Amino acid sequence: MRDTPLSNCERRFLLKAIEEKKRLDGRQTYDYRNIKISFGTDYGCCIVELGKTRVLCQVSCELVPPKDSRPTEGIMFFNLELSPMASPAFEPNRQSELLVTLNRQLERCLRNSKCIDTESLCVVSGEKVWQIRVDVHVLNHDGNLMDAASIAAISALSHFRRPDVAIQGRDVTVFSPEERDPIPLSIYHMPICVSFAFFLQGSYLLVDPCEREERVKDGLLVIAMNKHREICSIQSSGGIMLLKDQVLRCSKIASVKVSEITELINKALENDRKIRKEGGKFGFAESMPKERITTLKRDEAPVEMTDVEETAKDIVNRTETTTEVVSVPSPVLVGMGTAQVGEGIVNSWGLDEEEEDEPQTEDTKTDEVMVISDSEEEEVVILNEEVQ
Amino acid sequence: MDTIHACFKEKIGEVLLPGDVFSFSFPESGDGSIKTEKVICGPGLRRNGEEVQVCKSGILRHKQPNMYWIDSQQRRYVPAKGESVIGIVTAKSGDIFKVDVGGSEQASLSYLAFEGATKRNRPNVQVGDLVYGQFTIANKDMEPELVCIDSCGRANGMGVFGADGLLFKVSLGLVRRLLAPQSEIVKDLEKIFPFELVVGMNGRVWVKAKTVQQTLIVTNLLETCENMTSQQRQTLFKKVAEGSL
Repeated sequence: MRDTPLSNCERRFLLKAIEEKKRLDGRQTYDYRNIKISFGTDYGCCIVELGKTRVLCQVSCELVPPKDSRPTEGIMFFNLELSPMASPAFEPNRQSELLVTLNRQLERCLRNSKCIDTESLCVVSGEKVWQIRVDVHVLNHDGNLMDAASIAAISALSHFRRPDVAIQGRDVTVFSPEERDPIPLSIYHMPICVSFAFFLQGSYLLVDPCEREERVKDGLLVIAMNKHREICSIQSSGGIMLLKDQVLRCSKIASVKVSEITELINKALENDRKIRKEGGKFGFAESMPKERITTLKRDEAPVEMTDVEETAKDIVNRTETTTEVVSVPSPVLVGMGTAQVGEGIVNSWGLDEEEEDEPQTEDTKTDEVMVISDSEEEEVVILNEEVQ
Repeated sequence: MDTIHACFKEKIGEVLLPGDVFSFSFPESGDGSIKTEKVICGPGLRRNGEEVQVCKSGILRHKQPNMYWIDSQQRRYVPAKGESVIGIVTAKSGDIFKVDVGGSEQASLSYLAFEGATKRNRPNVQVGDLVYGQFTIANKDMEPELVCIDSCGRANGMGVFGADGLLFKVSLGLVRRLLAPQSEIVKDLEKIFPFELVVGMNGRVWVKAKTVQQTLIVTNLLETCENMTSQQRQTLFKKVAEGSL
């Protein structure tokens, strides 16, 4: 199936909106979408949702003979697949450039950074080692597959437990999970990729581009970093010229984002561990919220109206205030814990409860803009027109 | 009471699933005359010999005097003759443009199918432009064909459009609601601020307002008011209207 082409007016609009620092879903330039990490019933199965982008990762292991050049190290094998259900642009069994790029970046990020201790995967040197296989499947493509894939991969690796082995001489016994508890992998650090999309010859950048923003981008910079501020890999594609301070700025932003995401991963892992220990229900079925067609099932779409406040203030200031402002007298201490403000003023509370538009008290009149928002859906500034 | 109408009438407003069957048992009338009733089966209903079968899930609707159809919700567009859609030009080849309308096949649009176009005077259409046109041929056996003029040769609002503004996709049900003659959604939206709106029956909507901000607001509002009741929608629009003065 062919993908819907991007029309010229969409492209122009997106670039114009980016110039005005506005994004389609109301995020700021450095904001990530909502990240949701959920684990399955098996160890090593993880789904990451980055906004609408969904990625599934499964880690498995098996005993194989090691490579000749490295007889004492285990083997890590990474595989990323673009499922046709993710986007109409993905056709099955087609080696597209995107696929190769994602695979290479995932390998560089996880294998070359040596985040997993491969020596601990050795069972019998030269004969049997563990091969850890990481399979990442893209379920829905709404931009920024690289970040989602790296988060899913590292979460699944942290969640995974390999079977316990006992070695007696040359005999190797692999225990099933019922006989002996499986052992987690030894992970040194968690490298996470952060993507920056550049527009208009590098003058504007956006973090975590969504699918439409990705289509109009000029170039992409992917920085893989861990929470100790160590850069594991940097890749720049698209052929745009980046200045040194741009790259430095991106790495600073990346370190902030990576620490947030690492905390999120650790929290998710901790939750899952707690639930499993308490014997509660875990797995994907529990983490999916029950959605009903009769309720609004979209996420909140924040509607930004920041400059509305200024115009409102202008209007309010421009109109003359005709009431005199009587200063409130300072409180007079009458006794222990009792004070009195004003004397002989008529109590205006409790009168005229139906007329909410009347000025609150006869003493003071506020010129400020009141923000009354009981909306649970959107951030909206509501003005209370007090000036008649 | 007519039997066919009676059979349908009891299910109007109910949710039907594909496979539901309306079978009509004609009582033997004493004098031997059979009244002929004309019933028009709209989308979602199919005649199968003596029965009418439901082939889409949705709510059964009725329009006087004798039209019945299934109101279903879907996002995937299937080209149908006479519908006006927004298409994106993908290729120019010889005398025709290839236009993507969101269906399984790309539609073809002849360069002569514009107002005032002749062999010498070609229309100014580039790859990636938006066109608003009607289907003249749209069935499952042939490639669909679009035109941007009506039967009198006038453009009537069709053709290339959209120098600015934003194109986005919604479900077909929302599009039908927007295009209904007395659409509440459009009326409520008008009160907020002025904007231009082009609605294609393939689920594509184009919006242009004075500023980028306002365009984004209208886009987000239209995308979110799909599953809202009219009450929720009105409160939402009111809040937005007050917030943006």
